[in-house]
Amino acid sequence: MSIHDWFKRKKETQYPAYARERLDIPGNLWVKCYKCNEAIFARDLEANLKVCPKCNYHFKLSSAERIEQILDAKSFKVINSHIKSTDFLNFVDSKSYTQRIESTLLKSALSDAINTGTGKIEGYDVAIGAMDFSFMGGSMGSVVGEKIARLIELAIEKKFPVIIFSSSGGARMQEGIMSLMQMAKTSAALGRLRENRLPYISVLTDPTTGGTSASYAMLGDINIAEPGALICFAGPRVIEQTIRQKLPPGFQRSEYLLEHGMLDLVCQRDKMKETLTKLLKWFSRQEVGIPKQ
Amino acid sequence: MNKQNNNNKRTLFEFEKPLLELYDKLDELGAVAASSEMNMSEEIRLMEKRIESVRRDIFAKLSPIQIVQVARHMQRPTTLDYVNYIFDDFVELHGDRNFSDDPAMVAGLAELNGRPIVIIGQQKGKNTKDNITRNFGMANPEGYRKALRVMRIAERYERPIVSFIDTPGAYPGIGAEERGQAEAIAKNLREMSELTVPFVSIVTGEGGSGGALGIGMGNRVLMLEFSIYSVISPEGCASILFRDAKRANDAAIAMKITAPDLLKLEVIDEIIREPAGGAHNSAEKAASFIKFAIIKNLEPLLLLSHRELIADRYNKFRKMGIFKEE
Repeated sequence: MSIHDWFKRKKETQYPAYARERLDIPGNLWVKCYKCNEAIFARDLEANLKVCPKCNYHFKLSSAERIEQILDAKSFKVINSHIKSTDFLNFVDSKSYTQRIESTLLKSALSDAINTGTGKIEGYDVAIGAMDFSFMGGSMGSVVGEKIARLIELAIEKKFPVIIFSSSGGARMQEGIMSLMQMAKTSAALGRLRENRLPYISVLTDPTTGGTSASYAMLGDINIAEPGALICFAGPRVIEQTIRQKLPPGFQRSEYLLEHGMLDLVCQRDKMKETLTKLLKWFSRQEVGIPKQ
Repeated sequence: MNKQNNNNKRTLFEFEKPLLELYDKLDELGAVAASSEMNMSEEIRLMEKRIESVRRDIFAKLSPIQIVQVARHMQRPTTLDYVNYIFDDFVELHGDRNFSDDPAMVAGLAELNGRPIVIIGQQKGKNTKDNITRNFGMANPEGYRKALRVMRIAERYERPIVSFIDTPGAYPGIGAEERGQAEAIAKNLREMSELTVPFVSIVTGEGGSGGALGIGMGNRVLMLEFSIYSVISPEGCASILFRDAKRANDAAIAMKITAPDLLKLEVIDEIIREPAGGAHNSAEKAASFIKFAIIKNLEPLLLLSHRELIADRYNKFRKMGIFKEE
């Protein structure tokens, strides 16, 4: 054993950052990267689109940050933010669902785990949805399902492509079976979009799991992921408990999914807008035939 | 009848214990009748009736977690049991044409009262060995892809589809993830929403989350009386939200997973009743109730055009969700 081993960083835990720490960067000047533990000057991190300059860890973004990074300035028009969750099962675990909703609403100023609307990307019209992991783990309940279905229906009406940035732990258990049915509802709506020959680009960000990945997140004509995102149906802990084996390194991360054919691209955050623009341009072209040069 | 009762006795649930005493009396009567010349048939008949009615009372008051136990009963009839009783000329089809055949998902062609039909469903095992082969009814992506392949055959030949749902959930394993469990289920959801043929889904045992829904987007969704349908198992919900897997009972109550609750929420269309004491007491009787329900629900669908069938299914799932608009 060499002396250097004493100073090696402890092995990274394989669970994603959200399981360990708060997501928001605190008001401090310095931020510690969840992955490499490097101290980063907060303003540098912001300037770098919240990507760690040392290890390329992509910090989670709020829907507002996402929209600001992707859409043309001031082009976003929010829709359906008036739809709110309700505790129709009178669900109580350690807290009642009503209390959970209320305290989350107070903390976050969000209406639910997804923000939807229309906007422009380099001039191209899009119907866009961006999820907030900070709102009850980005869980999909009736509101998320309804807002996505309405977004898609609006896109069909206006003939807009749809882009959804997912970040979600899966179905919202406090809504019982109704959360499961949102998978059916959103997937059916995407079927209609497809029938109408309108493109759907799904962007999977850390994490996209469970009912979300098993419905709209995996149904893109184009599936794009940010680097290092956890993307799966069953989470690593569930699988470990089931098979009682250690999981291979990199399992269920974006690069692994790309390798296994589930994604079209893994795209760096700073290239995301450019990539989406190219795709939107390609999908929007109407010309037929190849011109002679 | 007697033989069957003896069989039940061996597999009584904890909550059926009040029946034990009655069964003992029934056995006594039987013994007396056998050893003497006395005609006890009237007494035996009355005792059997008594047992039946006590059992009915017990089952009418089951708690959600007790219903979970019935739904998971080792002797509960499986998809292939029902197929055997309900349909004729069943030909099982295998394989997803991509990777392998998944024994946890069965699919095939058959006839229902002389009319061609397509069947899909999860298949649990009858014993431990069988269950290992069937992976306890937990399908891998190739299972969902096989189901979709066979649904496509139904569509091409205009045959109605009946799906039997009985799974703890889609399998959470390394291979399942590698081969795209999420994608397989998601794709089924989208494709099922656009099927041009009548489609009836029946939850016969455990309706376990996305794994259940992955073959469950029927125009009509029916549920056996003592089956469950939920977004996560009561144990899973308890360990995540209640931070204690032992609180499965609380989770089962909170999530509303029983047939009457789901009917109230309009997630299912109809409850199919079970023979006294649950389907495992008479697979044949349960099958006859299911058959009746399939025919009753398919009939009006057979009159609809392709477009109407798709619209019917779309609207059914589109309206699911409870929220407020402020």
